[in-house]
Amino acid sequence: MAADTYRRRERVRTLLFLSPWLLGTGLFFLYPLASTVYFSFMKYDGFSAPTYDGLDNWVYVFRDYAFFWPALRNTLWLVLVMVTLRVIFGLSLGLLVTKVKTGAGLLRTVLYIPFLAPPVAATMAFAFLLNPGTGPVNSILGKLGLPEPGWFNDPTWSKPALTLLALWGVGDVMVIFMAALLDVSKEQYEAASLDGAGAWSRFRFITLPNIRPIVVFSVVTGVIQTMQYYTQPIVAGKVASGVIGGSGQQFEPGYPEKSTLTLPQLVYNLGFQRFDTGSACVIALVLFAISMAFTALIMRRNAGLVGEP
Amino acid sequence: MTVGELTPVSALMTDVPPRQVRRLSAEWVALHTVAISVGLLFLLPFVFISLTSLMSDEQTLTRDLWPRTWEWHNLLDVWKTPGFLTWWRNTLVYAVAGTVLTLVSSFPVAYALARFRFRGRNLAMGVVIATMMLPPQVVIVPMYLVWAKQLHLTGTLWPLIIPLAFGDAFSIFLLRQFLLTIPGEYIDAAKVDGCGDFRAMLYVVVPMAKPAIAAVALFQFFYCWNDYFGPQIYASENPGAWTLSYGLESFKSAHHTDWNLTMAATLMIMAPVIIVFFFAQRAFIEGVTLTGVKG
Repeated sequence: MAADTYRRRERVRTLLFLSPWLLGTGLFFLYPLASTVYFSFMKYDGFSAPTYDGLDNWVYVFRDYAFFWPALRNTLWLVLVMVTLRVIFGLSLGLLVTKVKTGAGLLRTVLYIPFLAPPVAATMAFAFLLNPGTGPVNSILGKLGLPEPGWFNDPTWSKPALTLLALWGVGDVMVIFMAALLDVSKEQYEAASLDGAGAWSRFRFITLPNIRPIVVFSVVTGVIQTMQYYTQPIVAGKVASGVIGGSGQQFEPGYPEKSTLTLPQLVYNLGFQRFDTGSACVIALVLFAISMAFTALIMRRNAGLVGEP
Repeated sequence: MTVGELTPVSALMTDVPPRQVRRLSAEWVALHTVAISVGLLFLLPFVFISLTSLMSDEQTLTRDLWPRTWEWHNLLDVWKTPGFLTWWRNTLVYAVAGTVLTLVSSFPVAYALARFRFRGRNLAMGVVIATMMLPPQVVIVPMYLVWAKQLHLTGTLWPLIIPLAFGDAFSIFLLRQFLLTIPGEYIDAAKVDGCGDFRAMLYVVVPMAKPAIAAVALFQFFYCWNDYFGPQIYASENPGAWTLSYGLESFKSAHHTDWNLTMAATLMIMAPVIIVFFFAQRAFIEGVTLTGVKG
């Protein structure tokens, strides 16, 4: 009897501690998720009552919506190029910062700070720096007699320009690698040096195997971040096209020529610009499926994340 | 047994032949040259932004890199832009209220997930991680409909702030990872002294978790400060509710070609984040590594 009351009190206590999150998950995650699934089968413009229209929204998105496949192709490009470069660059800077003895703290700060720059401000700054006509980068390239790309105004250069911006903000990846590199035991390096291993083979046979889990972790989180990649491409497109949504101006995301479209922008475009709630929800579910697949990957690899470490 | 095997490693390290010393110092120079160049490269955008913010507006339309005249008044003119002060106030309200609410609502959840044993705990942790990884766009359409059609609160900051009073997945995750490292004996001792769970958490665990709390507070503050999507969806219809990130865009359209004022405004928005970071660097870096999750 006493044990029973004790267990019941324990259960009430657990519920009380969890209550903010339980409510929040229900109100701001489970309910809207169910609602998204419901609306993906409805025709609804936000004003007149929703009507059932079966798979029409799904067919529209996959077959007729001109933005969907370009956005998916761009996402693939960003994963292959931007994520890969960010991991390689973040690892290189991590190595640099852990090797440097004098001024390491200052260097770390300088390399980290751009990551904190508010995305809208950083993107505007880069739109200015990379402005094809008068921007400092092309001025310098011109003086050196090098070709001057159109950056955010040229469909072949807009994603590389976004990649430059992402590499400037690589500080988050760098810090994670820094911590991992400092964890590799000194003895292993010393033993290898005694065996006459050069810098490259020390990196190849000691560093890399030791930090492999962190490499995988940062690639997978990189993919997940790409699924949320929204502010930088939409602001870059707006600034470069000269349309900044003043009253009556409608900005079609993806400028130039759909080259900066990403999936989250499609939710905005369909749901909030074209008032096609149903199709916006289809995109949202595609985003949900891809993000969850990669999240499952992380949880599988790092079982400690969920259960006891 | 050869002599080499008997020599301790440390002796070998100090007893370097002269040739190797020279190679090491050459390495030192190369390494620091790379370090300095990379550092300068990362600073360069800030330098160009600052220089441009001090140019005259005619000059920003030329290819000059260096200001011909130093227009320091640009930095003051920015503040005279209609709305700029309102955006500042809104951003501060969003960031401060959002951070406080996040901490208060997330800590007990993280504590329960780290300390209590209950059925479904792993499932709960899985849901926390899943929601943390989810793009906000996944649930935005129905959420907007609720805030706009049922609650009539769009055009205010409420839709941005209220959800943070119900726990934030990333903060819960980060706090929980830290709380796992606190030995249970401390809490047990407090309980023996007659504390309930809540008081044990408040008086024993919270003081021990200060570094993690600081990190979460910083992350959340920066998240709110930088947020663009939230204000774009919920606040855009009412300029009185705009935040800096959202307002900066309209700033650019109002000052069509005035890159100098736009860059000055950009600096004003970056500055608080950078200043806060300088004062709380340690806590911040510790927090990032906490998310890095040892494989």
